[in-house]
Amino acid sequence: MSIIVNGSATPLPPDPRVSLLDLLREHLKLTGTKKGCNQGACGACTVLLDGERVVSCLTLAVQAEGRAVTTVEGLAQSDKLHPLQQAFIDRDGFQCGYCTPGQICSAIGMAAELERGVPSHVTGDLTAGTIAASREELAERMSGNLCRCGAHNGIIDAIAATFISKEAAQPYRPDGPEMAA
Amino acid sequence: MNILEQAGEAAKGAAQGVLKKAIELAPDSWLPGGRPDPLIHHQHGHVGKPMSRIDGPLKVKGAARFSAEFPLVGMTYAAVAFSTIAKGRIATLDIKAAAEAPGVVLVMTHLNAPPMKPTPLFMTHSKAAGGDNLAVMQDDRIHWNGQPVAVVLAETQEQADHAKSLIRVEYEAEPATTSLAAAKAQGTGPGQFMGEPLKLEIGDAEARLVEAPHKISATYRTPRQNHNAIEPHAAMLVWNGEELRVHDSSQGVAHTAWSLAKIFDIDEKQVNVTSPYVGGGFGSKCLWQHQVLGAAAAKLAARPVRIALSREGVFRVVGGRSLTEQHVAIGAQPDGRFTSIIHTGVTVMTRHNAFPEPFIVATRSGYAADNFKLDVEVAYIDMVANTFMRAPGEAVGTFGLECAIDELAEELGMDPIELRIRNEPEKDPTEGTPFSSRHIVEAYRAGAERFGWSQRTAPGMRREGEWLVGMGCATGTYPYYRMPGGAARITLTRDGRATVAVAAHEMGMGTATVNMSIAAERLGLPLDHVSIEYGDSTLPGVILAGGSQQTASIGASVIAAQRVLVTELLKLAGNDSPLAGLGADQVGGYDAGLAKLDEPERHESYASILSRAGRDEVVAQASAPPPLELQHWSMHSYSAIFCEVRVNAVTGETRVSRVLGSFDCGRILNPKTAASQFRGGIIMGLGLALMEETEFDERNGRIMNASLADYHVPVHLDVPPIEVIWTDIPDPHTPMGAHGVGEIGITGTGAAVANAVYNATGKRIRDLPLTLDKLM
Repeated sequence: MSIIVNGSATPLPPDPRVSLLDLLREHLKLTGTKKGCNQGACGACTVLLDGERVVSCLTLAVQAEGRAVTTVEGLAQSDKLHPLQQAFIDRDGFQCGYCTPGQICSAIGMAAELERGVPSHVTGDLTAGTIAASREELAERMSGNLCRCGAHNGIIDAIAATFISKEAAQPYRPDGPEMAA
Repeated sequence: MNILEQAGEAAKGAAQGVLKKAIELAPDSWLPGGRPDPLIHHQHGHVGKPMSRIDGPLKVKGAARFSAEFPLVGMTYAAVAFSTIAKGRIATLDIKAAAEAPGVVLVMTHLNAPPMKPTPLFMTHSKAAGGDNLAVMQDDRIHWNGQPVAVVLAETQEQADHAKSLIRVEYEAEPATTSLAAAKAQGTGPGQFMGEPLKLEIGDAEARLVEAPHKISATYRTPRQNHNAIEPHAAMLVWNGEELRVHDSSQGVAHTAWSLAKIFDIDEKQVNVTSPYVGGGFGSKCLWQHQVLGAAAAKLAARPVRIALSREGVFRVVGGRSLTEQHVAIGAQPDGRFTSIIHTGVTVMTRHNAFPEPFIVATRSGYAADNFKLDVEVAYIDMVANTFMRAPGEAVGTFGLECAIDELAEELGMDPIELRIRNEPEKDPTEGTPFSSRHIVEAYRAGAERFGWSQRTAPGMRREGEWLVGMGCATGTYPYYRMPGGAARITLTRDGRATVAVAAHEMGMGTATVNMSIAAERLGLPLDHVSIEYGDSTLPGVILAGGSQQTASIGASVIAAQRVLVTELLKLAGNDSPLAGLGADQVGGYDAGLAKLDEPERHESYASILSRAGRDEVVAQASAPPPLELQHWSMHSYSAIFCEVRVNAVTGETRVSRVLGSFDCGRILNPKTAASQFRGGIIMGLGLALMEETEFDERNGRIMNASLADYHVPVHLDVPPIEVIWTDIPDPHTPMGAHGVGEIGITGTGAAVANAVYNATGKRIRDLPLTLDKLM
């Protein structure tokens, strides 16, 4: 049995203690998935497991047997970035870049949850069926992904512009919000 | 220029006195920054235009390689065991089970570690990088709770971690000082920072305070904090004979290489430290025990080592910001003018450190007054050495000072912005030097207008359902630094391409991006014809990514290297060139070549000059001049931070609903990345204000919340949209007209939040963080 990582079958590790994160980073050399705390508190290791976001540090590799894993390396199609990856660049949704792969994978999983109508802590009406993707909804749902450089505004804007609408993001002023003279 | 050469030497050492006065009095034109950088006047080039990060595509694809991610043949994985007492000695050490565990290559303790010299402590030498001055794993002594006592190397991380769990250590504990009260009772000593005492008295501040008709006198407390960059500290180390190769996560590659060379008693050229990407630093990514232990273990095992600290390991081995207990007193006339400013208090550190949190530095130049009393006293605790954390001194010092001003404004019945403007100094109030560029009043006016400051109500008067709403503001300042040691190399090739090489760092500030655009502008080349080499200790310069000085340091170094380059090119151009007869000061980079500054039609392309001379390339390297401008002018970045909070009247929960930062930081070089620096600083300031605290067990000196589950940082839902605006007024005395932008954002933010919480609730909280228990 094996795990499908970004479309390729890969054997299970011989040591059952190996986390999915360490399988990716140490065995497959897919170091795009990051280790920030190794205890599920920071979200830097977020990957998609059959399309759902999981923290790969708290997932044993053997738990992923027979399932499809998508990492940040599996998002771009040849030279073309995933629209969310491009939006992160456009909105400056990162500085050091270490939390970025986790933020991006998490946001893709989160967008699918929103679409399925999965409620969050800040969802007002649980019976409505559809959920208004307010800035607060996005921020709440992304709060498991820590960023220490403080790129939060750019991250939420990139997610809103990609999955909701350009209008949902803050107006972006490419020339910089300078003072009136 | 003799006096200035002497002065340059003096600036490196301690003895200043007369020479310092000479620098103050010297004509501007004698000094670095005396003539404005010509780039300041380039209004339509690359500089000042928003530009996306050049490393963006790599980072969003996960393809930027961080320090733990380099494949090394035969690599071993390290795990580190930490002491569980604060002071004493290791009595027994049982490593038998660990050594026999599967996959174990080495168990290193003080009994078998190779000989190593003590770590060079930061600021004891221009290239010293250590957080403390201890020798690493050389004896059985324990100096803090969490000190490494053993390192296991194994074939896999799982094997190393398991083997580490089998190590048994017994200690002979000795009485340790682990509480603030006990440390203070043992007596305090005077604090020193950057070679100068953290003590200053002008006039008689105590007497003037007593006489003052209006005054505030209060004590403010700030706790320990940790940087918590999302990338934990990690290094990969391999010895090739006597040469040490280090892949590090570093904000001081040259410093780390030199310091490791000292420790292992080899030449600094035998150590090569590289660090192309740093997953956040904030002051923490310098030299700590893990790199030393990794190098020692690699030597002993004769195998490459990867030592990646766990999140807990970062808390144990890497110091954070120390606590402060600040007394602030201000005396004022009825019109609000300050007569007396007192800012004194205590911080704690170890005896193996030289970094007392310098919380008075912002007070030295913030406001006009004739009487000052500033003093940082140090009490000694047995703990991991604290260190620089984003805006050391200013971040917490402005909490005390700017809250006190808010309190005084209420006592005076004045608007707190007007009170600040009333006390705007004409020159540096404690140094007497002129300000190089200070436009904080403009920043306040613009910020107040944009934020809607006029809508602010009296304390406790605005309520929306359960939520009490308030506004607050505060001033932030952070010094303009340019540390000695900057150097750069420009390689210009016949096809009109240039490479600028500097031993600088990219931790997310946008260093590579902004310096590429500056170099292109300076050389008159298209962006895609310029590349930047950085993050390697073999490159020119000793350039710390600290003190918000990196861009200034690189800027001055590239200016110096360009002058050498131009001189060489003019020589090569000879008499057959339109440039014939011109000197280096008369020409600049323009349209892929050199041109006379005031007559751009006198131009020859780089390609033409090099072709005629039969050269494939010209290499120019130079050092930046000593930073004498810092003693001639008072140079700072400034901000006015505005904040709106909502405090739940039932639960005491505080939510920050709006923030605006209005900045005066010289010319903004890349609005896109600078805005992110400002926001990032402000957000770390929200953490400082509302939630961040390293919980230190005063019974045994152990950090109790050594994880990101227990040490809370701002998450997405804690961060409102943050607006940033700026004056964009160039400082005529700095490279590019710029000031640092990396640390200014966190300064003032803590006070702005606390002042807003007071305005919302009428409750004045003087202890950070402003958790709900203090507001219920």
